[in-house]
This record gives sequence, structure tokens and C-alpha cells, in this order.
Amino acid sequence: MTDLPAATQRKMGLVIDLDTCVGCHACVVACKGWNTEGYGAPLSDQNPYGANASGTFLNRVHSYEVTPETGSAQLVHFPKSCLHCEDAPCVTVCPTGASYKRTEDGIVLVDESSCIGCGLCAWACPYGAREMDKAAGVMKKCTLCVDRIYNEHIPQEDRVPACVRTCPAGARHFGDLGDPDSDVSQLVAERGGMDLMPEMGTKPVNKYLPPRPRDEEPVMDVLGPLLEPVADTPDGLLGWLDRQLSKL
Amino acid sequence: MHPAPSVIVFTTLSGLGFGLLTFLALGLPALDGWAAFWGYGAGFALAIGGLVSSTFHLGHPERALLAFTQWRTSWLSREAWAAVAALTVTGLHAIGPVFLGARFALLGGLGAALCVITVFTTSMIYASIRAVPRWHQPATPPLYLALSLAGGALLAGQAGAAAVLLAAAGAVQLWAWRAGDAAFARAGTTIGSATGLGGRGAVRAFEPPHTGDNYLLREMVFVVGRRHARKLRAIAFAAMIAGPLVLLALSGGALWASWLGAAVHAGGVAVQRWLFFAEAEHVVGLYYGRRVA
Repeated sequence: MTDLPAATQRKMGLVIDLDTCVGCHACVVACKGWNTEGYGAPLSDQNPYGANASGTFLNRVHSYEVTPETGSAQLVHFPKSCLHCEDAPCVTVCPTGASYKRTEDGIVLVDESSCIGCGLCAWACPYGAREMDKAAGVMKKCTLCVDRIYNEHIPQEDRVPACVRTCPAGARHFGDLGDPDSDVSQLVAERGGMDLMPEMGTKPVNKYLPPRPRDEEPVMDVLGPLLEPVADTPDGLLGWLDRQLSKL
Repeated sequence: MHPAPSVIVFTTLSGLGFGLLTFLALGLPALDGWAAFWGYGAGFALAIGGLVSSTFHLGHPERALLAFTQWRTSWLSREAWAAVAALTVTGLHAIGPVFLGARFALLGGLGAALCVITVFTTSMIYASIRAVPRWHQPATPPLYLALSLAGGALLAGQAGAAAVLLAAAGAVQLWAWRAGDAAFARAGTTIGSATGLGGRGAVRAFEPPHTGDNYLLREMVFVVGRRHARKLRAIAFAAMIAGPLVLLALSGGALWASWLGAAVHAGGVAVQRWLFFAEAEHVVGLYYGRRVA
């Protein structure tokens, strides 16, 4: 049923570090690579080598420019995927029961065999986390790599979502955000992890770690004095030019 | 939001159909025999035609029956039940006037109530979507109800009721546009809250995730045509409210004016529904820097 569970035993989710993310899109590629051949229908592309390439992705990396009132602008790379919300509006709107939130770990999934492809869940999600696959006609979304994290046929270190496993910058963390003692919960507490669009009332499980404050911009470099021009008045050809021009 | 033709046709036709069935089930007018046959037939054709049209935008229409299962949380599922209940009860009620020359008032009253409930559930599909602030406002359900009943009154030739309902629908429409224009700002969602970076300075979308388009942009970040929104609002209002009212007034409430008014009204409602989608901004557009002020 599309009733949301009153509480889930665990709240599995991601913590994404906006300070560390370098915007390399490796998580996007790893996600597409794993999920196009794993759980459910493949993530199709339309016209992939043509002029108007388009396709289904469960994870996309945006980039934003933040300009503070003082100081220089900063570029923030921003990976975005399903936040596995506690009050997931995408689940309750589903007319068929294809969308559901698991009681045992809080993962929001789509049973593709009962999805009618009405698209209402994608409308209900404020984050744009759900995409209708054009080829399969069913809704696709992040599964938190449910077919990796409990998979006893792969080595222990691979039992994390593909995006987390591949991130070369260590900007993605996976764990139980319902357990205050877990590594991810400690990280969120330490770094002031935040919710996206808290005003939408979705109570997202995934958290984002804000960029760390920047160092003070230097007033003067320690080597600065050594680089200052020695002579104020040029000599030689430039000096002659300067004198002639001043006479005009 | 992308104004899909199938959904515009669906809400326009089924709104009119259920509006007409509401009046017929109440015995306004009390038709008999062939007149009742054609009257009810038109109501069913519009309502069912609209419902069938709505299945055209499904990825898997063959699984549509599953949409009856989640009535506890989903307004779309509730709409499915309400529509079937309304069509069944008004269908049973129609047997009386069409074949038996009899009228079962209690059954008719129940059918009329179910028709109104069906239109209400349709409106709640949109009104319940918090991520689209223009829809998520109190005016959305009364707007759908008023337009459905006004169109039904016109088709049923109830000039007096039509005039009152058209005036009411006009007032609700003006309220809906006014509140809708302010809804996005009132929801308080900005690119700052969407990224969580708003407290650090001015946030600007620097680079989209991909150079091509995607489902989200096609479905939720529809911007074409908002440019002409003002003109289209005037056209929609003139056709769905003012035109039929003028026709009724000039003709003294004649049946031909009511029917001509219904046709003009339907065209206006179709334009209004196009705007209902095209003007509605989904908050996901913020991630793409596509907020149109």
C-alpha cells in the first residue's frame, strides 16, 4: 500500500559533501552503468549520438555559483538524486501501489511491474528525483543500489551504492541516518548537514554538507614587498618614451 | 507543467459530462424517452470520452485497473472509484426516465452527488501537489467544480442556474489567477532553499547537469507560451464566462443560446486548462535556474 510507514527501522541514505565534490560526474556514470543492467528496466537513451541526446538518469550533477556579499564567488558542484524522504509525497500519490517506502530500511522504490506510467509521482517530487523512462514507460528512480548493499555475492567493500563506491573525492557517504551513532549521523552533526527545500515538508533522509568557510583572503602576500617595482620612474627606452609623452 | 493534450481533453470533456449528468440526475430538466436517451447519452459520451482520453498519456494503459487499489492515499485512485460509482449510479438512474417513464429521485440525488464528488477528486489530484504552488491553493477545487456545473447547466438548458454558476465560476477564476500568481513566492521555495546555499550569498545556476534536455525539463519546466499568458487569460475568460452570459442575456435564456453558449464555454475551458498547466511552475525548475518571474 502507498501508506507511508509510521516509522522505519533504519533510515538508509546518502550524505553528500558539497565542500569536497569536484563535479567530475563519476557518480553519474557509475549510477547509470550499474542501474542500467541491474534492478528493473534499463535506463534508456534517446538519440544518444545525435544532435538532441536525451536519456534517463537517477543522479545528476548540477553546478551553482554562490556570490557572497563580500569576497569572491564560489563554484559549488551539486549532485542530486532521490533523498528517500520520510514523508515522501511521491509514494502517497501513486494510484497503483507501485511506489512504496520500505519499513525495514526506509528506501523508496518502484515496483515496475505495477507502474502504469502516469507520471503523478514525478509531479509530486519537488526535487526532480524521478524520471519516466521513455523506452520502458515506467518510472525510474534511485534505489540506493538495493541490489548492491545487501548483495552477499560481491566483496564487502562493494556493498555500498555505486555512486559512493566510485567517488574519487570521497564526497559521498552511505549509512543509517536513523542511528545517531552511525558515521554518517556523526558527520552530519559535525558539519551541520542540511535538508533541501525543508519548507516542502518532505523530511528528506539524505543530507548535504555545506561548503566549509573559506580562509580569509590575504591582505598582502608575504613575498609581496619583493615583487614591488624597484624604480618608480622608468629609464632606458621606456624612460625616454615617458619623458617625451609627458612633454606633449 | 507540460500541457499534455490528452489531459486537457480529459479534464474539459469529463468536467462538462459530469456537470451535465449532475443536472439530468436531479431532473433538471426532467427528460423522458428519446430526449432522456440523447441527454444521458451526451453526458456519458463526454464523461467517458474524457476518461478514455486520460489513459492515452499512460506509459502502460493495460495496467490501468491497478489504479483502483490505492484509494486510501491517492486522489487519482479515488477519482477512479468516484468516476465508476458516478457512472454506475447515474446509469441505473437513467433506466427510469429512458425506458420506464419513471423517476427515482433518491437514486438521482445520489448520482448527482457522486458526479460532483468525481469532479472534486479530479481537482484534488492537482491541488494536492505541493511542488506546484499554483495548483496547491484553496481556489483549485472550487474552480473545477464551478466550471463543471456551469458547463453542465448550459448543456442542460438551465439558463437561470447557468447564469448564476457562470458568474460564480468567473469570480472563482479571478480569485484562482490572483492567488496563483502569488503562490510560488508564498511557498517560499527559492534556488537558495533548493540548494541549501541561500544563506551564503546569491545562488545562480552555473551549469546544468547535461547539455541535452531530459524528462524533467520536458514535463515540469514548460516555459513556451507563458509570454502570451495575459492574452490567453482574456480569451479564456471571454469564451468560458462572458460569451455564454451575453448569449443567455440577449436571447432571454433560449435553449439554442444555452447550447451555443456551451460550445463557446467548452472552447474557453480548453484554453483555461491549457493555461492551468502551462502557467503552473514546478519547484524543480529552480534547480535548472528556470524560474520565470
